[in-house]
Amino acid sequence: MSKEVVIHAENISKQYRLGQVGTGTLSHDLKRWWALARGREDPYMKVGMDNDRTQKATSEYAWALRDVNFEIYKGDTLGIIGKNGAGKSTLLKLLSRVTSPTTGQIKVKGRIASLLEVGTGFHPELTGRENIFMNGAIMGMTKKEIKGKFDEIVDFAGVELYIDTPVKRYSSGMYVRLAFGVAAHLEPEILIVDEVLAVGDAEFQKKCLGKMGDVASHGRTIIFVSHNMQAVQSLCKSTMYMKAGKVIDVGPTDKVINNYLSREVKNCLEQRWTLDVDAPGNDKIRVLSAELIPQTPDNSNIIDVNTPFEFRFEFYNGVDNANINLSLVLNTMSGVCIFNVGTPAAALSKGIHSSTLKVPGKLLNDDVYTISLYFVKDTAAMQYVIHDLLTFEVVDEQRQGAWFGKWVGAVRPTLDFSLK
Amino acid sequence: MAQHATGNDAEHWDINITSSRRGLDINLAELWRYKDLLAMFVKKDIITVYKQTILGPIWFLIQPLFTTLIYVVIFGRMAKLSTDGVHPVLFYMGSVTLWNYFSETLNVTSKTFSENAAVFGKVYFPRLILPLSKVASGVLKLMIQLGLFLVVWLYFILVEQSITPNWHVVFFPALLLVFAAMGLGFGIIITSLTTKYRDLSFLVVFGIQLLMYATPVIYPLSLASPDKQIWLWLNPLTSLFEAFKFAFLGHGAFSFFWLGYSTVFTAVLLFFGVIIFNKVEKKFIDTV
Repeated sequence: MSKEVVIHAENISKQYRLGQVGTGTLSHDLKRWWALARGREDPYMKVGMDNDRTQKATSEYAWALRDVNFEIYKGDTLGIIGKNGAGKSTLLKLLSRVTSPTTGQIKVKGRIASLLEVGTGFHPELTGRENIFMNGAIMGMTKKEIKGKFDEIVDFAGVELYIDTPVKRYSSGMYVRLAFGVAAHLEPEILIVDEVLAVGDAEFQKKCLGKMGDVASHGRTIIFVSHNMQAVQSLCKSTMYMKAGKVIDVGPTDKVINNYLSREVKNCLEQRWTLDVDAPGNDKIRVLSAELIPQTPDNSNIIDVNTPFEFRFEFYNGVDNANINLSLVLNTMSGVCIFNVGTPAAALSKGIHSSTLKVPGKLLNDDVYTISLYFVKDTAAMQYVIHDLLTFEVVDEQRQGAWFGKWVGAVRPTLDFSLK
Repeated sequence: MAQHATGNDAEHWDINITSSRRGLDINLAELWRYKDLLAMFVKKDIITVYKQTILGPIWFLIQPLFTTLIYVVIFGRMAKLSTDGVHPVLFYMGSVTLWNYFSETLNVTSKTFSENAAVFGKVYFPRLILPLSKVASGVLKLMIQLGLFLVVWLYFILVEQSITPNWHVVFFPALLLVFAAMGLGFGIIITSLTTKYRDLSFLVVFGIQLLMYATPVIYPLSLASPDKQIWLWLNPLTSLFEAFKFAFLGHGAFSFFWLGYSTVFTAVLLFFGVIIFNKVEKKFIDTV
């Protein structure tokens, strides 16, 4: 049996106007209206820049989405990943019918419920009970459906005691649990979820993911937007990678995530210079190359928390018979020093020498790191220092279990920790 | 790989999300499916108003009561405007109650998009549900206030025996419907026109006040000389107020011709209101 397409998006684009609404927009509106009245094309449809938020605006219009095409099959769980500004949220807004595309169309089969936010329409003065009905109705449930699910929702949220208390007296945790409870018990054919999992404690996240997994196993379609690769990996069979309003890749989650990481993670894993041309240093020391080689089975450049890797350095020593040792400092991008290791001192001849540092897997936590290399003479005199020699990101592993929050700690070693 | 759906255009799709919507494309079936949401909005409107108050719903009565007293003093005693022989308390209470319903409906629905942008920005439901719920919760408040009016009215009929109502009171529900539809019609047009350029919304409060003086609310139609009355009749609210006063107070003018005019006016207004509302609701969130 061929799979049934439940969402079919054709050439959808969404243009936003930059800046404020004022008299300037009125003149554009009049020109647009005049062009359309004469049967011409909208003069502002052709202009506009890609949505790169770091660039200075070159046009008054930006395309949050540009010619996006995709199909989603029934029962599919699709993850959408991408950096900020990739168009993920805009796409969700279009699918949730909060706004409509500038061009193109999306055809949908079945009822859509979107969770762009938990607790939409919650009124602080209303009680938990009243808000369940309010929120459920906003999500498109009938009173009868909500009544049927009421006990389950209260149970899921664990707020039985406070059910007749106004939600303004709830703790933020209770509030979120109640709100997600209502959303989780919707029974739409298509569920759209936008990173609501970022809220709540580990236990609650586990509950939420479990609930979403349940929904998916009942043949319903889920679209899940997240920055969290692990959550996407565990929940989604296929994934769509977006960048600057365009779809870069769609396919099996593992493949797409690898593609995403290799493109978006700004690694600087190799530096090479030529002696007497551009090699950084001074008369005593010139750095010739620095390299990070991950020991991955598939030779990919992605380093996760389990990957062992090796640093290799080559340098030119300009002082004959100098007693040199190397010292390496590993910092996170945010400036926290993780470790400082040194080689034993050695009497080096004038010429090219090399050095290697092996870093085991299961040591570093997921973060972006940078290294500084110190060349020291007689264990006291600094010959040369080079900062930010290499930059690399260690990504999280595909975790077991259901908790996907950021793992805390400067390092993430595997120690012998037993439980009887 | 994805096969293109161009070959099976005959397929049934439940929702089609595009940039444009043509004409009067309101999905009544969908509107009906969200009737429970409408009921929830009404409930919220009513109960959140008097949460944490001691007097509760009695507050709905205090407002028309005080307005009536103020009008009696200012327009009755000081300005000495005629009330067509009706006792000023009864005269002002009737018109104030009715006017408040109309002006509140108009005022509240004219802020539909701007005040609910947060909810509209996160979830889809037929947007028309919201102004409709305001109309409905307004009717509930009106019923409470009308109860007060009826008590006063019965007092004047039975005890004072100063007024003679007539069978035209049976038209009251129809009058109310036209009032509601007109308030809604103006409201949704204003809210649709003010999502991008808010200039018009500054005129609303002022305009409603002005409209009250252009309508026989605090004065009877007979105050105007017969040759000038035509101008007042052109105001579609006039025939409604006059019909109400005629039916309940026995004064005023009941004109089927002008009532017909008001009804047609309202139908046209609502028709265009819904068209423009439908057009705006699809994209207002980008500019509101």
